[in-house]
Amino acid sequence: MSLELETATNPDVLRRVAIEPLSRVEGHGKVTLLLDEDDHVQQARLHIVEFRGFEKFVQGRPFWEIPVMVQRLCGICPVSHHLAASKAMDQIVGVDHLTQTAEKLRRLMHYGQILQSHALHFFHLSSPDLLFGFDSDVARRNIVGVAAEYPDVAKQGVLLRKFGQEVIRITAGKRVHGTSAIPGGVNKNISKEERDFLLKDIYQIIGWSRDAVHLAARLFEQNLDLYNSFGRFRAHNLSLVRADGAMDLYHGGLRARDMDGKTLFDHLEYSHYWEHIHEQVKSWSYMKFPFFRELGPEDGWYRVGPLTRVTQCDFIPTPFADHERRDFLAFDGGSATGATLGYHWARMIEMLHAAEMIKELLHDDDLLGSDLVVTGERRERGVGMIEAPRGTLIHHYRVDENDLVVRANLIVSTTHNNQAMNESIRQVARQHLDGRKLTEGLLNHIEVAVRAFDPCLSCATHSLGRMPLEVELLDAEGSRLDAVSRDMQGFC
Amino acid sequence: MSETAIFLLDGEEVPFEPGQTVIQAALSAGRYIPHLCYHPEFKPHGSCKVCTVKVNGRTAASCTLPAQAGLDVESDTEEINELRRTLVQMLFAEGNHFCPSCEKSGNCTLQALGYDLGVMTAGFRHFFPDRPVDASHPDILLDFNRCILCELCVRASCEVDDKCVFALSGRGLSKHLVVNAESGLLADTDIALTDKAMEVCPVGVILKKRVGFAQPIGRRRYDPDPISAQALRDAPRPPTGAGHCAACEVEE
Repeated sequence: MSLELETATNPDVLRRVAIEPLSRVEGHGKVTLLLDEDDHVQQARLHIVEFRGFEKFVQGRPFWEIPVMVQRLCGICPVSHHLAASKAMDQIVGVDHLTQTAEKLRRLMHYGQILQSHALHFFHLSSPDLLFGFDSDVARRNIVGVAAEYPDVAKQGVLLRKFGQEVIRITAGKRVHGTSAIPGGVNKNISKEERDFLLKDIYQIIGWSRDAVHLAARLFEQNLDLYNSFGRFRAHNLSLVRADGAMDLYHGGLRARDMDGKTLFDHLEYSHYWEHIHEQVKSWSYMKFPFFRELGPEDGWYRVGPLTRVTQCDFIPTPFADHERRDFLAFDGGSATGATLGYHWARMIEMLHAAEMIKELLHDDDLLGSDLVVTGERRERGVGMIEAPRGTLIHHYRVDENDLVVRANLIVSTTHNNQAMNESIRQVARQHLDGRKLTEGLLNHIEVAVRAFDPCLSCATHSLGRMPLEVELLDAEGSRLDAVSRDMQGFC
Repeated sequence: MSETAIFLLDGEEVPFEPGQTVIQAALSAGRYIPHLCYHPEFKPHGSCKVCTVKVNGRTAASCTLPAQAGLDVESDTEEINELRRTLVQMLFAEGNHFCPSCEKSGNCTLQALGYDLGVMTAGFRHFFPDRPVDASHPDILLDFNRCILCELCVRASCEVDDKCVFALSGRGLSKHLVVNAESGLLADTDIALTDKAMEVCPVGVILKKRVGFAQPIGRRRYDPDPISAQALRDAPRPPTGAGHCAACEVEE
């Protein structure tokens, strides 16, 4: 593992290329490349250019307000923040175990979230690259193009996401930014009618989710060399797993393995995560760089998310998804498990798992129960952790004796993946851009690598491939040598 | 005399009893006039001006205007509603009314009024006040950043609870809600959760601690019906000056 290409030794004499903003990702980000006279890449960086400040402005607010407030970090996976903060506040009100009804309702909400977010990412944001090719005609490389060429795929993507949103509406009270998880439990159950409303479509949803796994697998197989090598890098891994080693996206202990598969820690109770995870600040990015304390900042960075979760768990506790997991691990001698584009395949396996879990929960009468909240003895500190669609999410709060938050630390999935994403774009820059004249299609390769992680760079934009893009080549004096641009309609 | 006691509201006849204000007579007759600081259980206050109507060509607050025979009152007109929208916009701009994370959302009179009047933006530059919350009391939280200066808590605490825990201090733009204690902290008052002052805040200033979002979306006060329908359902409530709610006692 190296930090090669992070910082050029002679930036003053290099040309700067900026991909800004990145498109078809959640939020604003940019990539800058520094190239020498022969177009060789000397530096590549992914920058997160927005400052959100949630950790600061939750200070001084009452703790019961936080699970609703912090979910405004995002419009795509607010449930993750809602639940991670609620889990932290469970600790604050002294609750270690929710009622069966409350925990299952929260889990149902979370699986609805996983389903809709993974569907959105795969179908709406990434499938245009995967179906048409990374440097295909930009005019059709978007969800509208997919709808024209592959109407069934587009329709299933839209309806899968819709179903996930309906699960969230029924469990959280609203499709986006609901309020049902509260410290110590939930504020509502679901009715029999609501349960039946979801049950009538769930088998179709499972069927489409299986199709989606097969589509992702087929794309990998058909482009094996490209997918295996594209932005590939070796990394340590971090995820939550259940006590028996099963995949559990709502709760568990931390499992970390190094890039050779050796266990760094396992079933670690996460309430003292900071003893193992530190964050490094770099002057060129608003986003911190987390690392395993045992290995240090240079060697201790890691990746999180679907690829990690599917490969690190011992099994998936639903039959269809576990079958797909085994196929994924066995494919081509396990090559997909280390491939950046393997994220998409793993993501669809998780979507299938979420659909199966929703089915299982909908058949559980505990969802209709009325025992919703428990209370305990107040504590000063609360840590909540969850596996959000994009990876491990940490919420950590300290609350004073007057019930006000005095300190907050949020480490979101995309932050965990910060160095991994940088590593991936550097690989792509080396593999595909080095020494070549830049085109829109070549630059899209960089974005394809970023998109594989489904980064939530914050919730600023959801423009579905219609983001304006302007790339300029400047010489050392700042004079413009070359430029590529794309307008609001996505045309060059 | 009462048979002939009639005034016109938007061209339609509204009967009234002697001593009623225009808004009381209108609500009793099933005619809604938007309002905010007016509360049927308390003496008219006339501070927010949302209930402004045009009477014989001049504007007046209908909560303080005595009903009189022969008045020609205009209320539900685009001109008056535009004025009301502006007044409500100014209230939103003056405070930190962050509905997305406010636990009063759905139970908030200001929010409900904003929806009912079609207020789409604050319309003015936000003041973003930075007043520390008072969390000193073990069971009650005060978020002064949401105060709209309606004085309902002041009136309830003095007139009903006989404690005078709250008061307004300062003038003009610097007017603000204060707690009547030497330390300025709620913990040093004798306020109790059962006080009337705990019930009347139309926004999210006076909050019972640790309740938060316990009431789910869909079961909050203004979820089923707009504020205009609910105000009519609550009427008539003749003022007694002591927070006495005749209608409430009849209903339950």
